[in-house]
Amino acid sequence: MTQRIEDRGYAHPEVLVSTEWVADHLNDTNVRLIESNEDTLLYASGHLPGAVHVDWTADLNDQIRRDYITRQGFEQLMSRIGATGGTTIVFYGDKNNWWACYAFWVFQLFGHTHARVMDGGRVKWEKESRPLTREVPAFARTQYQAGERSDTAQRAFRDEVLKHMEARRQLVDVRSPEEYAGTRMHMPDYPNEGALRGGHIPGAKSIPWARAINPEDGTFKTAAELRRIYCEEKQLSPPAPTVTYCRIGERSSHSWFALKYLLGFEDVKNYDGSWTEWGNLVGAPIER
Amino acid sequence: MFPDKLQAVLDTFDLFPDPSDRTNMLLSYADQFREVPPEIATRPFDRSHQVPQCESDAYVWAMKMPDGTLTLHFAVENPSGVSAKALAAILQRSLSGLPAERIAAIDPSIVERIFRQNISMGKGMGLMSMVEAVRALARRAIG
Repeated sequence: MTQRIEDRGYAHPEVLVSTEWVADHLNDTNVRLIESNEDTLLYASGHLPGAVHVDWTADLNDQIRRDYITRQGFEQLMSRIGATGGTTIVFYGDKNNWWACYAFWVFQLFGHTHARVMDGGRVKWEKESRPLTREVPAFARTQYQAGERSDTAQRAFRDEVLKHMEARRQLVDVRSPEEYAGTRMHMPDYPNEGALRGGHIPGAKSIPWARAINPEDGTFKTAAELRRIYCEEKQLSPPAPTVTYCRIGERSSHSWFALKYLLGFEDVKNYDGSWTEWGNLVGAPIER
Repeated sequence: MFPDKLQAVLDTFDLFPDPSDRTNMLLSYADQFREVPPEIATRPFDRSHQVPQCESDAYVWAMKMPDGTLTLHFAVENPSGVSAKALAAILQRSLSGLPAERIAAIDPSIVERIFRQNISMGKGMGLMSMVEAVRALARRAIG
């Protein structure tokens, strides 16, 4: 039996909502549900009633440069999904909310703090046999005014990560142990995953992202369980500046979420350049 | 040169550049997916039939018919594996009934032609891995 969110000892329990809470707010006009998945067909195959689809590549990424959408792009997105500055956005998705946390993180770059993640994501909702629909909702367009995207608080760039590494500050590599060890660059007979070198950023600790999750229902582990992993086993200190990374910054946004909101780490940034940048960067130090 | 039925599928997808049309077509294939019948395999499925590197936990079987052709069967254990189900349905319908030699020659790049913008990251590898697994079974059937 999964403990209630408010009983799990999180630093900021308000960022998580339960499937039950979402079921009770399906008709709440002040709540907009956003489904974000890796599998782009999944939303079309059935989603929570009233949920809109936000795709990480098509909707959140700039279509030319390797970067996120601009203020104008975010305003258009929010207008399309009928959200205002006061709308509470609830993210959920496949793969233990990996993509939902990524979308949540991008929304924080624009300061939309009325944001929550549905604990357990699709898998829990489905296991509870709650309703899914193929009906795509249409909302009246809104006028959404966003500030300029602010990357300073939540996002780390390579030069900053290099200094962070040189200062021996906390780095968390959330990829698989094989990727961390540099033994897996690409799968047999398949294209390389996009990096010329394997290994990890020197000093980074290996904590695969899914360790934060209860695999049976996709919910987050309790604060005590997370603390045992991140703070005791891996010796991370909540007040110390921390950078998370993975391959392109999606898995690490999940760990960013867990560290920042569930454990209350005070200064956590997600390095979205991640291994596809670092592993290709000429002269960048690598450890194996 | 693709087998006729597969070529027809590819041609149909080529006719619909619009992403939402393609999504609906893929979804329609996923809806038509029927998993391996119990007379061929039952759970727990033999791991030797599991598609490597496929996060949708897909399995594939190739049954050799008396006329030397193959009949393909699939299972997709991950309920969220909609793309894997769509591809399984396409492969099953367009390749079953062909000689093993023709199936062994299928180019895995069909995945890109079918899924286009609906493909992403690890999923592309998993789907191509499904085609590779089919080809490997076909090669084994040739002996």
